Amino acid sequence: MATSTVPRTRSSRPARRPQRRPAFRIRRQLPTSPWLFAAPGLVVTGAFILYPFVSTVINSFTDRRTLIPGRFVGLANFRELLHDDMFWIGLRNSALYVAGVVPALVLLPLLLALLVQKNIPGITFFRSAFYTPVVASIVVVGLIWVWLLDERGLVNSLLETVGVGKVGFLSDQWLLLLSAMTVTVWKGLGYYMIIYLAALANVPRELHEAAAVDGAGAVRRFLTVTVPAIRSTMVLVAALSSVSAFKVFSEVYLLASPNGGPAGEDTTLVMLVQRTGTGLTGRVGYASAISLVVFAVTVVLMLLVLRADRREDS
Amino acid sequence: MSVAEKAPRAGARPVRARAPRFTDEHGRRIRGWELILRYVLLVVVLALTVGPFVWQLSTSLKGPTEDIFSSPPRFLPSHPTLHNYERVSETIPVWDYALNSLKVATANVVTNCVGSALAGYALARLRYRGRRVAALVFVLAMLVPAEGIIIAQFTTMRELGLNNTLVGVVLPGSIAAMNVLLMRNAFLNLPYEIEEAAYVDGANVWQRFLRIALPAVKGTLAVVAIFAFMGAWDDFLWPLIVLSDPSKFTLTIGLNYLHGTFANDERLVAAGTIIAVAPLIALFACLQRYFFRGVGEGAVKG
Repeated sequence: MATSTVPRTRSSRPARRPQRRPAFRIRRQLPTSPWLFAAPGLVVTGAFILYPFVSTVINSFTDRRTLIPGRFVGLANFRELLHDDMFWIGLRNSALYVAGVVPALVLLPLLLALLVQKNIPGITFFRSAFYTPVVASIVVVGLIWVWLLDERGLVNSLLETVGVGKVGFLSDQWLLLLSAMTVTVWKGLGYYMIIYLAALANVPRELHEAAAVDGAGAVRRFLTVTVPAIRSTMVLVAALSSVSAFKVFSEVYLLASPNGGPAGEDTTLVMLVQRTGTGLTGRVGYASAISLVVFAVTVVLMLLVLRADRREDS
Repeated sequence: MSVAEKAPRAGARPVRARAPRFTDEHGRRIRGWELILRYVLLVVVLALTVGPFVWQLSTSLKGPTEDIFSSPPRFLPSHPTLHNYERVSETIPVWDYALNSLKVATANVVTNCVGSALAGYALARLRYRGRRVAALVFVLAMLVPAEGIIIAQFTTMRELGLNNTLVGVVLPGSIAAMNVLLMRNAFLNLPYEIEEAAYVDGANVWQRFLRIALPAVKGTLAVVAIFAFMGAWDDFLWPLIVLSDPSKFTLTIGLNYLHGTFANDERLVAAGTIIAVAPLIALFACLQRYFFRGVGEGAVKG
C-alpha cells in the first residue's frame, strides 16, 4: 500500500530555508496507520448513518415490524400512504411549517443583525443575550412557551390586562401550529443573526458611501446595496431553515401533545414516523416509507432553493 | 427600523462636532436620536428573547401560596423560595437524570474530539489507497437527515442489544461526519513545512499528529467539543426513541415525562427546566466566542 505523506507546500509563510518537496517515502509510518486513523470515524458513520439509510430504503418495501422480520411487499407501503389521511395531514403541516417559518427566518434575523451590527456600548451583551435561546434545549424552550401560552399563562394574562381577552393558543388546531412556528422562529433568530453578521461584515463600505452620495436613503440602500451583497447568505439561510422546518418534531410534540393536538390534526411527518415506527408494535416498514418521503422532500427543497439562487444570477 | 447610518452631509461636521460621541465601526458618528432608537429596539428584543427565561425562573421561585396566574401578571416572586427545586427532586430523580445527561454529553465530547481529529488528520495529511472513498463516506453521511433514518437506527440498536442504554444514546452521533470534515479543513489550513521538518527530524506519524498538528488546531477542536456537548445535552428525539426505562432517562426526556405527568404544576415544571438550562447558559457565558465561531464554521459547511 502506498503510504507517503502528501506533498503539500504552502508558500503563504516566508520560509527560512529553501523549500523542498518531500520526494521520499515515509518509512516510519506503518502501512496500516492511515486506516487506523480513519477507522473509528468510518465504522461509526458506516454502522449508524449509512447502514441505517440503506436499511430504511430496504425496509420501506417490507412489512417489517419491531419484533417481526418483514416480508417483501413491493410498493404496498407507498400505496397505503396515498390513502392514509394521517400521512396527508402530516405532509400538509410540515409543508405549512416551511411556508410559515422560512420567510420569517430569512428576514427577521437579518433585521436583528443590522440592529446589533454597530459597535455601540454594550452591544456584545445584547448579541450574546439574543443568542441565549439557541443554546437552550428545544425541550426547555418548548416547555417555557407551553407555560407562556397557557390559558392562564403570561401572554393571556397580558392580553386580558389590555382588554383583548383570552386566546386559546394551545387548544385551536391552527393557533397551535402558528404557536409552534413562533417558537421555532424565536429559537432560531440568534443562530441566523450570527450568520448574517458575518456576511454583513463583508459588504464593501464603499458601495454604501457611493449610494449615499447619490442620495439613497437608508431603506433604499438596504434594498439596493445590502440585500444584493448578502444574497448568497440569504439563500443559505433559506436552505438551512427550510430543511430543518420540514423535519420539525419537538416544538409541535411539546406544544400540541405527543398525539399532535386535537384529533391529531397538528401531526407533522416526523411525528408520524416516530409514532408509527417505535414501540414494540412499531410498523418499521411503513415508518420507513414515510421516512423516505421526508428524505426526498428535503432533497427537493435544497435543490429548489439552490436553483432559485442560480436563476437570480443569470 | 433605521437600517444604516445617515449620509454625512458636507459642511455639517463642524457644527455638530460636540454633540454625539459614539461612532460606528467605520469611525462615523451616530446621531443622538438614532442611538436612542437603537437602544429602545435592543431593549425590546432583549425582553422578547431573554424575558421568557426570566419569567420561567421567576415562576420556579414562587411559593405554593403565591398566585402565579394573576392578571395583571406579577413578574417578581414576593417571597422567593427554593421549595419547588426540592419538590422536583422528590417527584422525579432529576439529579440522576442530570448525571445521565452529563455522562452522555461528556462521552459525546470525548468520542467526537478523538474520532474526528484522527479521521480529519487521515483525510488531510495521509496518503493511502481509498482516501477519496473515505472522504466521500463522510460527505454522503452529512447529507443524510437524522430524522429520516431514526427508525432504522433504532432497529440497529435493538440488533446490537444497545437500545435502552446510554451507550445507545451516544453511539449514532459519537463521531459526526460534519466534525470530521471540520477537522480536515483545519488540518489542511496548517502550513505543511513544520510537519515536514518534524519528519526530517525523525518523528513518526503519531508524533507528528500529537505533537505538531493537534496543538495547532486547538481552536477548532474546542468548537467541536462545545457543539458536541450542547448537541448531546439538548438532544430530544433520539433519546426519546431509544430510551424506554425511566431510570435511564436524560434530562430532556425526564422533563418531557415531568410535563406529561404533572403538566398542571407549572412551578414544578419551571424548576425542572431551569435545572436543565442553567448549566448550558453558564457554559455559553464563559465560552461565547467558540459558540459564535462554531456557527460560522458550521454554516459554511451547511
